[in-house]
Amino acid sequence: MQTVTRETLLDKASALLASGEVSRVLGWKKGEFAYDVTPAVFESAEEMEKDFVYDIFSGANFSKYLIKETAKEGKVLVFLKPCDSYSFNQLLTEHRFDREKVYAIGIPCDGMMDASTVKALAPEGLVSAERDGDNLVIHTLYDGDKILPYADNLPDRCRHCKSKKVVAYDEMLGENGDVVDSHRFDEVAELEAMSEDARFAFWQNELSRCIRCNACRDVCPACTCEKCVFDNPKSGVENKAISDSYEEKMFHIIRAFHVAGRCTDCGECSRVCPQNIPLHLLNRKFIYDIDRNYGDYMAGAEEGSRAPLVNYKTEDPEAADVLERGDK
Amino acid sequence: MMKKCPVSALNTVLTALSGVAPLYLPVNGKGKDTRAKYTKYEDGMIYSTALNTVRSAKDFFFPQTENLVNFKVDGKNIEIIDPREEHEDFILFGVRACDYKSFDVLDRVFLSEPVDSYYASRRAHGIVFTMACTRPAETCFCTTFGIDPSEPQGDVSCYMTETDVYFDAKTEKGEVVLAKLGDLLADCEESTVNEQKELISSRMKALPLSSLSTEAFGGDKLDKLFDDPRWESLSESCLACGTCTYVCPTCQCYDIKDFDTGHGVCRFRCWDSCMYSEFTKMSAGQPRLTQMQRFRQRFMHKLVYYPANNDGLFSCVGCGRCLASCPISMNIVKVMKTLSEEAEDNGSK
Ligand code: SF4
Ligand code: SF4
Ligand code: SF4
Ligand code: SF4
Repeated sequence: MQTVTRETLLDKASALLASGEVSRVLGWKKGEFAYDVTPAVFESAEEMEKDFVYDIFSGANFSKYLIKETAKEGKVLVFLKPCDSYSFNQLLTEHRFDREKVYAIGIPCDGMMDASTVKALAPEGLVSAERDGDNLVIHTLYDGDKILPYADNLPDRCRHCKSKKVVAYDEMLGENGDVVDSHRFDEVAELEAMSEDARFAFWQNELSRCIRCNACRDVCPACTCEKCVFDNPKSGVENKAISDSYEEKMFHIIRAFHVAGRCTDCGECSRVCPQNIPLHLLNRKFIYDIDRNYGDYMAGAEEGSRAPLVNYKTEDPEAADVLERGDK
Repeated sequence: MMKKCPVSALNTVLTALSGVAPLYLPVNGKGKDTRAKYTKYEDGMIYSTALNTVRSAKDFFFPQTENLVNFKVDGKNIEIIDPREEHEDFILFGVRACDYKSFDVLDRVFLSEPVDSYYASRRAHGIVFTMACTRPAETCFCTTFGIDPSEPQGDVSCYMTETDVYFDAKTEKGEVVLAKLGDLLADCEESTVNEQKELISSRMKALPLSSLSTEAFGGDKLDKLFDDPRWESLSESCLACGTCTYVCPTCQCYDIKDFDTGHGVCRFRCWDSCMYSEFTKMSAGQPRLTQMQRFRQRFMHKLVYYPANNDGLFSCVGCGRCLASCPISMNIVKVMKTLSEEAEDNGSK
């Protein structure tokens, strides 16, 4: 169960707004249906009372919005779930926003739904969905109610959550958790075990759906370049649409390399992809490789940590060692 | 004359149709995304009754990328190569009423002078079978724009019940194709689908967005809406990803670019999005400097500029795709509701 409720967050935020400690609140705003919650900036307790929601669809990670929000006057209040807090730290490590202008409240989390996951469970006429104890209850227009176990039906990022621990906050609401055994590399291992042809076919099928909207990049807290190379007409690789299927793969491979060692595995890329492409698997492959080659490392676990890829050590393995091990 | 076949014989009919011309229809996906997408029919494929494909049917007339012309450079000679390939008839099966209406929106852009010959040619070669929506989704609001999903237009409109599929030819093209199916279809009375139509109409009325109104919008609302302060909050968390424009059946902007192949140039056009910072960038820069301005453009175009230039026709067909796909769940319904509310609050404005 969510131990921290909407009311807890509302009270906290109202008090901080009233005392002048913060001037704005980054929060989730209610939509037309249950699942279409929008990230929003609230400026008063009244606005929050009217539209603020905190429920199973409050999954959007606000860390990246802090870059824009901290450029404004005054302090902003942000709520951080465990995975968000890793992005928060990583952004701080990269000096992307001013920590002094943020009041961070840590909130525990035991898994958030998202629109595409719940729609896959009830593709026709989904009216609303909520949590009832250990169950997810989905109300539909034509097929009555569906009751399913909540934990088993979470999106991939939450079923394979790496950590229940909020690693950065000014104040923690509820009880903080621990790093957990996530099994998040199981699927990467399955991909590695495939034959080269099968693996190629797997990615070909997935990436061929890409419409090059760049939502994965736009939402990614590790993608914070002022001007992305793919948006720069002078770069020669700027394309608003796919010109061929090979180029498509290049875009994703380049992006995965660029965020390697900095990706905190927050899962936002896969959540937002309108084509349901499992982008997190590419990034997890890099995390898995980094762990195996340089020892366990989690980007964002600690502010200011030096990532193995930018931190040469004499005991780092040589390419030949890795080849010999036969990693895929 | 209305025709029909049992649902169990649909595949035989589809196979016969694919013999008339290449046939495309919604089929559930393989891999991590099992949602329906338009796929070229091969024997045994199962037509997906899922309501709306993630990408719209506009892809067939206005594809995301299209090669316009190629130049091959050989010494001092430049050879001009025509890569056009839109000269073959094709059949689209299962198009919903909203998507069919979107062709009308696109026609007014691409078929007015100067006519876009690529688009025109694809339109002329396309034969469209529409499908009535027995189970409209919570995100559907086509009726807001006067579209009736119980009477889908097209060359042939189809209805599907648990037991039968009905075919109603609406154009000569449609008649000709149905005639080629011969005995595979049996004649039946038009009135056999009346019950279906009533069911659909009553379901449409019960949808959560059924009361959405266009009253606050239209070609004469420019001054009133342009400087509305609400655009700021509506757009504040927009990622500028352009997903909404890419899945939208009526978004029509494109860019033309040259791709250096190393021994020549491939000149292609690809969709563009008003949500992008590089959109219509010229030497003096991009005319819309902030994301708020770019965001506003998309909705003003659909709800004000387009109707101003097209006899009041809105360029949204209420398909609900942007509602389902936007990463931040911001969309045209939220925009319309918010701006309508404001108009009511300040009755004087
Ligand atoms: S979000 Fe999905 S469709 Fe969009 S660019 Fe990324 S992978 Fe492609
Ligand atoms: S604006 Fe949205 S609802 Fe309207 S036609 Fe486009 S995708 Fe469909
Ligand atoms: S918007 Fe209307 S026509 Fe389109 S799928 Fe929904 S009910 Fe059918
Ligand atoms: S899909 Fe949503 S976030 Fe992306 S550009 Fe459109 S409104 Fe903005």
